[in-house]
Amino acid sequence: MTSWLQVTPLAVILIALFALPMILFLAVSFFDYDRTGIYPAFILDNYHDLVSSPSTLRVYGSSLKFAFIVWAITLFLGFNIAWFLIFHVRSGKVRAVLFLACAIPFWTSGIIRTIAWIPFLGRNGAFNQLLMALHVTTKPLEFLLFSDFAVVITYVHLFTLLMVGPVANSLAKIDPALLEAARDAGASRWQTMVSVVFPLAKTGIALGSILVFTQVMGDYFVVKQMSGGQSASIVSALSTEIAAMQYPPAAASAMVLVVFVAVMVAGLMRIVDVRRELVQ
Amino acid sequence: MNARAPRSRIGDRRPWTFYALATLFSLFLLFLYGPMAVIYLLSFQGPDGGVTFPMVGHSVFWFEDILRPGQMANIPVSFSRSISLAVVVSLLTVVISVAAGLGFRRRFPGSGALFYLAIASLVMRSLLVGFGIGLGFQFLGWNTGLFTSALGAQLTWTLPFGLFAMFAVVNRFNRSWEEAAADLGASAWQRLVHVTLPILLPGILGVAVGALTLSYDEYARTTLTIGTKNTLPLEIYALISSATSPTLFAIGTITTAVSFAIIGVTMLAIFRMQRWRGPIGRQHG
Repeated sequence: MTSWLQVTPLAVILIALFALPMILFLAVSFFDYDRTGIYPAFILDNYHDLVSSPSTLRVYGSSLKFAFIVWAITLFLGFNIAWFLIFHVRSGKVRAVLFLACAIPFWTSGIIRTIAWIPFLGRNGAFNQLLMALHVTTKPLEFLLFSDFAVVITYVHLFTLLMVGPVANSLAKIDPALLEAARDAGASRWQTMVSVVFPLAKTGIALGSILVFTQVMGDYFVVKQMSGGQSASIVSALSTEIAAMQYPPAAASAMVLVVFVAVMVAGLMRIVDVRRELVQ
Repeated sequence: MNARAPRSRIGDRRPWTFYALATLFSLFLLFLYGPMAVIYLLSFQGPDGGVTFPMVGHSVFWFEDILRPGQMANIPVSFSRSISLAVVVSLLTVVISVAAGLGFRRRFPGSGALFYLAIASLVMRSLLVGFGIGLGFQFLGWNTGLFTSALGAQLTWTLPFGLFAMFAVVNRFNRSWEEAAADLGASAWQRLVHVTLPILLPGILGVAVGALTLSYDEYARTTLTIGTKNTLPLEIYALISSATSPTLFAIGTITTAVSFAIIGVTMLAIFRMQRWRGPIGRQHG
């Protein structure tokens, strides 16, 4: 009874401002529209147009490609950093400071952090000048900025913390005695990782993966800003439609993205019980 | 996170993996701060300098440029809008997510559904949430605005964050303290005010600051729900396409300084509280 009272405000807000708009969305995606307005109807044309357009496939392909590359990099970085912080740093105070050092950039605007790469990677940017000063190259590298490379770098910069946090939370719950026991039993480092650590940390890994994956799939700012117009993203196509007041096709395209992401998240949720990890 | 660190044994030698990972970690910090350092540096560019190196002298010209009437005229106004919205969002997030965090300690009918609703709200694309809310307001014939639709849109993002942060806080809370207070005859309200809340305070402060900064930086949810008056991130976004001057970097430097100040003060407050209180209730935001 008390529990209900305590969660009521949360439930009301999430239902009114999240669940209801999503239902509205679903309804609008079936509406008819022309240049002057939108009309309640039940037509599947919006979905049909979307699925039959080759650009849809291309945009999803490119977003998926980015999502997988970024996921692989952030998983590698995130796991190793979390491992270092939890098991190698011995003083709690140092650990808190190092963790904060990772977390502080996360608190500055994503927009600023994205454009920060422009003077860094540009043709006359800091990185090129460094390389030339070190005589690694004689000419500035052109592929650094406004390329897929720049997009991936920016994503990794923005989202690695989303992997570090959940993984570190999982690792912190592992009793170090278990690792010693594995070692005493003759397990190699790699065997300990595979058979002891990964099973215990998989919830954190799954949670981090969900966060990174959904962020990349739904981004439109970074791709727009860093790819130099070479790559499109799902949401940037969507925002063009919203700007043109073409709400029904935008809603249809949004629903497809929602279902797509929901299926992936549900898949990961089947592997691990995220709720038990967080609440207990 | 500090709870169960491996105890070091005296004379313990570091394995090679320590050095490998320490190197990786240092490189990661360099990667995190390198580009940021570049924009901090470039924001002190001389009046004749551009958005890339080399530095042409150094000055605070671009910081003054923010306050100069003209193209940047909206920056101070939108900054104060962002701050006031962030404060309201932060207060609401604290009250609602602390209550919900306490409520979630017991399983109750519908708790699973609510939990997944919160997850969905967290991972749902921000622009879509804003789009949905904007669409809803349009259907109802309401005007979108700073403290109506934009506030609501930001809450769909800060509340799940606050809830999950509260889970981490509440996990470390020992129920027996409440029971002890109850045994001593404290009412439910007295237990809350004199036992539960003071113990959870550092975590609650963390949630407040987290929500404050999330709201202050939020772009995608706000853009379709704000109406006509921009917040700071929206203003910056509008500037990116039009202005290519170090002013943008100056704004970035100030924004970062503000975030640092807020986080620094909060950390100090939390450390103070923990020292005063001893080893219990350890946690960070």
